Amino acid sequence: MSKRDPILMPDDTVILANDLTKEYGDFTAVDHISFEVKKGEIFGFLGANGAGKTTAMRMLCGLSKSTSGHAWVAGYDINHQSEQIKKRIGYMSQKFALYDDLQVWENIRLYAGIYGVPEREIGPKTDDLLKRLGFESEKFTLVKSLPLGWKQKLSFSVAIFHDPSIVFLDEPTGGVDPATRRQFWELIYQAADRGITIFVTTHYMDEAEYCDRVSIMVDGRIDALDSPGNLKKTYGAKNMDEVFHQLARGAQRKA
Amino acid sequence: MPAIKAEHIFKHYKKVQALNGISLEVGEGEIFGIIGPDGAGKTTLFRILTTLILADEGTAFVNGFDVVKEYRSIRECVGYMPGRFSLYQDLTVEENLNFFATVFRTTVQENYELIKDIYVQIEPFKDRKAGALSGGMKQKLALCCALIHKPMVLFLDEPTTGVDPVSRKEFWNMLQRLKKQGIAILVSTPYMDEASLCDRIALIQNGQFLKTDTPQNIVNEFGTALWSVRSNQMFMLLKDLRNHESVDTCFAFGDTHHITFKSEPPSEQELNDYLHSLGHKYVYIKQITANVEDCFMRLSGKTLQS
Repeated sequence: MSKRDPILMPDDTVILANDLTKEYGDFTAVDHISFEVKKGEIFGFLGANGAGKTTAMRMLCGLSKSTSGHAWVAGYDINHQSEQIKKRIGYMSQKFALYDDLQVWENIRLYAGIYGVPEREIGPKTDDLLKRLGFESEKFTLVKSLPLGWKQKLSFSVAIFHDPSIVFLDEPTGGVDPATRRQFWELIYQAADRGITIFVTTHYMDEAEYCDRVSIMVDGRIDALDSPGNLKKTYGAKNMDEVFHQLARGAQRKA
Repeated sequence: MPAIKAEHIFKHYKKVQALNGISLEVGEGEIFGIIGPDGAGKTTLFRILTTLILADEGTAFVNGFDVVKEYRSIRECVGYMPGRFSLYQDLTVEENLNFFATVFRTTVQENYELIKDIYVQIEPFKDRKAGALSGGMKQKLALCCALIHKPMVLFLDEPTTGVDPVSRKEFWNMLQRLKKQGIAILVSTPYMDEASLCDRIALIQNGQFLKTDTPQNIVNEFGTALWSVRSNQMFMLLKDLRNHESVDTCFAFGDTHHITFKSEPPSEQELNDYLHSLGHKYVYIKQITANVEDCFMRLSGKTLQS
């Protein structure tokens, strides 16, 4: 395989997917999806359990290859340049976030090192971050003794510590209390303001409303993609919950 | 006789006070919801009531039996679906079900009526190993296994966490059908929108019930004005509303923000003018009634301050 240059994508496009497909035997987990995500956009990636969200997300993060179709993330081809992609993205999920047995600053230090943040920048950046979060007093606290909501906020901040082009958030607010869930979204807004693109999955339909655009996957396809306002108009629904129910009810795949 | 009666339950782990004086009573055929975030103490309460761990203090009875002295009788007559999937991954759907029926000295045929509605949905996959099922199917199988000995009381610890809105709705429909058979159900959830599907709910935070009542009464007792506000710049609106002198709290709620006031609310016109002067357009302001999530935030905010 010859070394490829980043493709000529418009500067403001962070994800470009073209007929992206993943088959396992005769099962098509992701079925020819095409979409674009723009720089600084908050993009909601919704779908029922089993609709293919995780499979699609794994491909976009460079963790698995497509069986057909293409996608570029931050200018790089997911099938041939996955290592470059990994350096330019952040990732956070509800299931795996931080190391419980490391202190707050040690977790930051570890991730910063892995993502190649220059040594001399890590210290000052860590202090900056803790100050912004109001966590200065917790610098030497073991992560396992932090409340879940704090962990999630810290985990998000760690995921964007290396200033990635885009951060993938897989159900980041599951089980978090209502007030913290909202503070978490304020962090997301701030990151988007700084130009970091947000790609987020959630089962909370009120959170779908906070996205600039939302896609809804059904049986491996993207059946709807638009702003929450337009989706509500198109489906004659009063909120995103109704939009979701209308689309996902037609699913053939049993979750 | 209440299905569950617990009084002044305390439980701590090392430095953490997991439960801090919890009391509750659940009637026959009642769906009682325990609603609160991770770490609030929901699972600890479930484990005490299902006789898996002992409380430090307090008494509890399930179906009239003492959770300490008569734990064996309780284990015969309750069904428990823990938060983490706990069936045998290497057994098939059918083998799991048979196994649980045998443990309780019964057969799948004997109580088939009870699980029929749910089981038919997973029957096409009865030869599949439980570990290879999707999330929604695992959940249905777990519910079948918890029901197979025809329990009087069903304990469901976060059965819908991580489940999409459509499957969640289906799951709650199943619970409504079980309720009609007279089974009492204690169910916990972090999703506030599921509160309205329960007969009564308790809002839990830091090991304490903030309030116990019917969802309707909890909403009725919100106790202060609540407005919903929208404009063309929602993130800026959040900050601008918080900076307004009369605004007490401001939280995002989907496509609007909800605000409460320190004392008397200003007139709608006044707030409208204030927002326009800051550059907001398409300002929309409306007085609304609270939902359970509003109530939870208000009540938990109060405890944090006091």
